Amino acid sequence: MQLNRDALLQAYRRMRTIREFEERLHIENRTGEIAGFTHLYAGQEAVAVGVCEHLTDKDWIASTHRGHGHCIAKGCDVGGMMKEIYGRADGLCKGKGGSMHIADLDKGMLGANAIVGGGPPIAVGAAIAAKLAGEGHVAVSFTGDGGSNQGTVLEALNMAAVLKVPKIFVFENNGYSEHTGAAYALAGQDLGRRVEGFGIPVFRADGFDFFSVYEAMRQALEVSRTGGGPAAVYATCTRYFGHFEGDPQNYRAKGEVEKFREESDCLKGFRARVTEAGLIDGATLDAIDAEVLAEIDAATIAAKSAAPPVPADVLTDVYISY
Amino acid sequence: MPVITMREALNEALHLEMARDPRVIVLGEDVSGGAGGTSGQRDAAGGIFGVTKGLIHKFGEGRVIDTPISESCIIGAANGAALAGLRPVAELMFADFVGVAMDQIFNQAAKFRYMFGGKARTPLVIRMSFGAGMNCAAQHSQTIYPFMTAVPGLKVVVPSNPYDAKGLLLTAIRDDDPVVFFEHKALYSRKGEVPDGDYMIPFGEAALVREGDHATIVALGRMVPFAEKALEKLNADGITCDLIDPRTTSPLDEETILESVSNTGRLVVVDESPPRCSVASDIAAIVAQKGFRDLKAPIQIVTAPHTPVPFARELERAYVPGPAQIEAAVRKVLADG
Repeated sequence: MQLNRDALLQAYRRMRTIREFEERLHIENRTGEIAGFTHLYAGQEAVAVGVCEHLTDKDWIASTHRGHGHCIAKGCDVGGMMKEIYGRADGLCKGKGGSMHIADLDKGMLGANAIVGGGPPIAVGAAIAAKLAGEGHVAVSFTGDGGSNQGTVLEALNMAAVLKVPKIFVFENNGYSEHTGAAYALAGQDLGRRVEGFGIPVFRADGFDFFSVYEAMRQALEVSRTGGGPAAVYATCTRYFGHFEGDPQNYRAKGEVEKFREESDCLKGFRARVTEAGLIDGATLDAIDAEVLAEIDAATIAAKSAAPPVPADVLTDVYISY
Repeated sequence: MPVITMREALNEALHLEMARDPRVIVLGEDVSGGAGGTSGQRDAAGGIFGVTKGLIHKFGEGRVIDTPISESCIIGAANGAALAGLRPVAELMFADFVGVAMDQIFNQAAKFRYMFGGKARTPLVIRMSFGAGMNCAAQHSQTIYPFMTAVPGLKVVVPSNPYDAKGLLLTAIRDDDPVVFFEHKALYSRKGEVPDGDYMIPFGEAALVREGDHATIVALGRMVPFAEKALEKLNADGITCDLIDPRTTSPLDEETILESVSNTGRLVVVDESPPRCSVASDIAAIVAQKGFRDLKAPIQIVTAPHTPVPFARELERAYVPGPAQIEAAVRKVLADG
């Protein structure tokens, strides 16, 4: 593992930021101030961060409707994200996109995507651009177990392999596509084998473990950054909240989430790993926790008090300029 | 000025723009002419209608990309390439295949700029052949630009002749937003004068193809040469008409149409799509709303019937609106007032 102390601290901070962001949204959602659908990523932090810690602003990612974690991991501004979710004029997308469509092209973030399976073909195109530019950049798509059943994802796997583009497919099997279990809806169960059927190498990871994902992504990049074409990371994980906020999750066994939180939480695991190895002490991590908490407090307060767009903005940024 | 076909005019535009701007790539099924074949003739086909012929030799397989048959992924990849700084021209072969790729067109490409707060641009052209006339039957002959016209965020181009085709395609590729470019398959061999060099035709500016006094005819694509034929007969009887080719249905040049109707007082709209929610019904509604007092007679629309496109020659001939229907519609608006 090639992670120095600063890198470990950044990874922890980003995972903690995602967790705090999502836990806060879960609470704030009950106030009724947040409009529309919110799909939370808490529980899966190790995947987004384990993947994105390898990437620069010049590498692209295409995300899903559960996109907050990917955005934060890719370095999007948390305050701007919060404002966007509250539908504010100075949100990251000026209140035009909301939770499901957060994008930041300057950060290489091609957008959360409210169409399940919409992202992987788009990342193939970004990978074509990266290949033509020839500067060693890659494009990454995130897909859940639900999305992996969409034809677009299979098309993207095939096309990326045929065109030999630097594209990394990240599959996050969190056990549920919306309300339906992967145990039921994912034929063949081992998604990695499907991907291998396209001749694409798959690096399997424990999605509860940042280090496992980080290592799998490192191996995938070794293929894609050096002209070997596409590769895939397949991580199993879980989500702590419902498909969307307000989902009572009656389809999950009582205590299922609590058990995951207790036994497999990625933040707890990270903390144990680095403190036991004597790399970082608990007090330093506690200090990060406090800083993140303050940041999310500030972002939430700022978002709540920020001005909404004015009605005339409904016509801005439409293509028509005649 | 050289006289060339619309196919050649489109091919010239692609050659010019790919040479001028290294960000332009072409992708689609068979666009390089058939990668992976056993003949070794890489440019064997040059696209389904030969529009992309020769590009592979000049620009190489990095920029002229044969894709698997994966319409959704072709448009998705074009979207991603556009977001990542290229200027892709994607070919969908037949407009009918839009169904397979619809999500990537109307949920993705059309919405990035707006949904992402103006920060993303999607400089993408989607070329596709459309229209009846080659007995390709119901899944290879449709006129679907009304669907695309109805989507905010897309620009829609329907050229009717080689000169417009070249100038409009150059404008389309240089545009920073998604453009859907409809090429009528029965017009690929239509000839016309086309300058060698570079020129652009702006979107939202209709062409006044003919000038006249008695009625305004608005026609699109293949319906333009049909309207010209109808006018030959009408002219023989002393009836003259303005013939307007909007060239783009979104943006639409309402001004030219309304001004012409204010002069002639009569409107016939000719559109190869079926009548309900067509471009014809849209233009008729605009004129009814904004130019009602100029009208001396009820508006006539000439469209295909509300049915899938049939296969047999006799049936397809009956399906496609032609010069006779256009002539009859003009005589009707004249008789009505």
